[in-house]
Amino acid sequence: MFAYTVRRLLTAIPVLLIISFVIFSLLTLAPNDPLGDLPLTIPPEVRAQMRAALGLNQPFLVRFALWLHQFFINEPLNLLQAWTGLDIGDGNRLRVLSWATRSPVVDLIVQRLPQTLWVVGLAYLFGVLLAVPIGALSAYRQHSWFDQIAAFVAMVGYSVPTFFTGVVLIVVFSVKLQWFPSVYNTNLKVTDWPSFVAQVRQMFLPVLVLTLFNTSQISRFVRASMLDNLHQDYVRTARAKGVKERTVVLVHVLRNSLIPVVTVVALGVPTIFSGAIVTEQIFRVNGLGQLLITAIQGGDLPLVQTLTFIFAVLIVLFNLIADVLYGLLDPRISYE
Amino acid sequence: MRKYESGLAVVALAMLVAAAPAFAARGTDGELKILFWQAVSTLNPYLSGGVKEELASSLVLEPLAGFDENGKLVPRLVVDIPTLENGGLSTDLTTATWKLKPGVKWSDGAPLTADDVVFTWAYCTAPGGGCAQAAKFEGVKAVEAIDPLTVKVTFKGPKPFPYTAFVGATSPIIQKAQFANCLGAKAPGCTAANFAPIGTGPFKVQAFKPNDTISYAANENYRDPEKPAFSTVTLKGGGDALSAARAVLETGEYDYAWNTQIEPEVLQGMTGAGKGKVLTAFSSWVERIDLNFDAADASLGDKRSTAQAGPHPILSDPAIRKALSAAIDRSAVVETAYGAAGKPTCNIIAGPDIYVSTANDSCLKPDLAAVNALLDGAGWKMGPDGVRAKNGVKLSFVFQSSTNSVRQTTQALLKDMWGQIGAAVELRNIPPSVFFGGDPSSPDTFQKFYADLQMYTVLYSGTDPESHLASWLCNNIPSPSNGWQGENMSRYCDASYDRLFDELSRTASPADRATIVKKLNDQLVGDGAVIPLVFRGAVSAFSNRLAGVRMSGWDSELANVADWSRAK
Repeated sequence: MFAYTVRRLLTAIPVLLIISFVIFSLLTLAPNDPLGDLPLTIPPEVRAQMRAALGLNQPFLVRFALWLHQFFINEPLNLLQAWTGLDIGDGNRLRVLSWATRSPVVDLIVQRLPQTLWVVGLAYLFGVLLAVPIGALSAYRQHSWFDQIAAFVAMVGYSVPTFFTGVVLIVVFSVKLQWFPSVYNTNLKVTDWPSFVAQVRQMFLPVLVLTLFNTSQISRFVRASMLDNLHQDYVRTARAKGVKERTVVLVHVLRNSLIPVVTVVALGVPTIFSGAIVTEQIFRVNGLGQLLITAIQGGDLPLVQTLTFIFAVLIVLFNLIADVLYGLLDPRISYE
Repeated sequence: MRKYESGLAVVALAMLVAAAPAFAARGTDGELKILFWQAVSTLNPYLSGGVKEELASSLVLEPLAGFDENGKLVPRLVVDIPTLENGGLSTDLTTATWKLKPGVKWSDGAPLTADDVVFTWAYCTAPGGGCAQAAKFEGVKAVEAIDPLTVKVTFKGPKPFPYTAFVGATSPIIQKAQFANCLGAKAPGCTAANFAPIGTGPFKVQAFKPNDTISYAANENYRDPEKPAFSTVTLKGGGDALSAARAVLETGEYDYAWNTQIEPEVLQGMTGAGKGKVLTAFSSWVERIDLNFDAADASLGDKRSTAQAGPHPILSDPAIRKALSAAIDRSAVVETAYGAAGKPTCNIIAGPDIYVSTANDSCLKPDLAAVNALLDGAGWKMGPDGVRAKNGVKLSFVFQSSTNSVRQTTQALLKDMWGQIGAAVELRNIPPSVFFGGDPSSPDTFQKFYADLQMYTVLYSGTDPESHLASWLCNNIPSPSNGWQGENMSRYCDASYDRLFDELSRTASPADRATIVKKLNDQLVGDGAVIPLVFRGAVSAFSNRLAGVRMSGWDSELANVADWSRAK
């Protein structure tokens, strides 16, 4: 298993390099202008100077090499410096700078992580916690009222887009009832009980929207996996031996059913970090998803490149984690 | 019971006493909450060029002078506006001398001096810095500090309208001490300074989260000891225009939302909640349609939309140009697509009032019968398919614009209106970043104009229309030889227009300038070089709990934020 993990990690390096090159090429070739949103009062000569100041007049490969150097050498060294407090070589290394804000991309990402992890991460956690019992019960009582209702809710939650549910919730709970704020305040620090309540109130609607979506998706997986196992021979054997029904379902069936679900859940973790673009935009959570979409709209290449590359790293990493977990949970699978 | 009443009276009296000074004291009105649906990326307007950055920094940074809501110059950091009469402008129009107000301090307590003004010029003109406002300093030869409170701006030649450098929110004064090591290529690296510039304005930056939230606090060194009324400002960014308007007009969570141009009936419905109002600030924006004077058919290949392609087979007919304008019901366009954000106009120069011509106002009342008669007379015969034709050429156009719901609504309305006079119109819309992007390798830019008609708005800064009118000079036609640069999208070229424009650039008297501007405007509209459509304003939503707002379209909407207070 260890050798397998190391081998996978080593093959990930060329894969990630190729991914970063493909992302860079796509972004450069795309008809997106970082100065496109600027007012037309700015004349072409000034635009040309601004372009030069952004380094856009350099050839494509030079810019790619520069990004590689900044991202893989300068940024890690910088992190090391910040953690250890030591000066490594020349402290003033050129970092990956966003074109729109002219500030280090990594700082922007660090600033956005808390709200994304809280809102999107919590919604994912709630989604998983709700999906497992709902899916299990739906499968055990297949075609019952509970199963029908769960199927209906899951269908609605999965097929109705979040930009619709989000706005409906805002209209009902923020505009009409005025129970929850419609705008997320990223400056809120939880220091005492009232600020904690405020934090819960402002997280409620976005987390609700995303939880509905996540629960719908995962509960169907759990249900399908449970149904597969409920009709297996070992279940009948267990029942024939006189094992209690409770033990049959919760210990034998559920545990075995969760093996594929764990893979699905692990593969979904990178989406937490990529944020929820639509939901973050609607509630102004201003996390990583909003950062990515504003960067794309503004043609902020270094920011889009760095963010998408980090997502690629996470996806490759969690693919590996899912595979390894699979091996650990299911003794029949061996990677040796 | 009596005791209770007298107690109440005492409380009321106490409140009255407390309220009276509170109305005119600094920082007594709590927090001002602002919502920008386009989030602010930096607080240095010289590095961004975006309107959102210009507005957000205008709470902190101030220019020497600004424009009020009527487009009139008002002194901010100076004693008065330099003119020929007060000797501030030299008689040969090559220098302007600004006198700073004495005693103005930066928010860190240091005094504002002429050196800061000189430095601001040096900062924006330093090579390698990519200063977004460099155009503001075009034609400036030197900026010198005569004494700590006097700045002399010398121009390369006579400058009849010298109020560009250091005027308006796009070229505010920055502090030399803070930015001294940020010249040229080092400018972007000064993140701390760019995110929290020290200013002379009513507020100072407390915390800046790029593309998210800005926190400001009242500047204790602001020159008016009683202002600003608010102690803190929170400027939240992100989302969309619709929900921004909702947060002010329906939920009342915010006091002010910038740029809330959405469907007129939706906006009207929201104001029905009674929590706020929508204000429109008109300045110089005119939504207009360019008519291509050069042939633009795709079969012409590389020659299309250039002089080599020859005159446009249809649009070179003056009757057609006239008919296209006269067939438009501008009031209907405004009502459907713009609402409070627009007014019908027949002029390409629609503000300030002194420059506005009244010679073309007949276009406000469309007369389809007259238009159809005009086209019949010009030989364009109605075909059986409802499309006119002359000598085998069908009256059909490709009409392009940028992707934007208001523009697409307008395009659809115009297609219908032109259909009624027998013109077939094919509509196109192009993403704004491509259409306005100016990429010479893209076929879809508004400079290349590979279409017959196109619609957009030119935003020009300041109140003086000279630079805008220069767009229609013969040498401003975009073509392959100049890398498709230039603003003369219509490819209009008329020697008499060029001569009259030359006269304008040599005239200093405001009244004479106004006369020439009107003549130039009338010539452009009369010749059908351009079809003015809608006089557009900036639309923002304000809470009813806000007092003292005067929204200027010529300067930052927040220019008078020092006077804003909580409505009692």
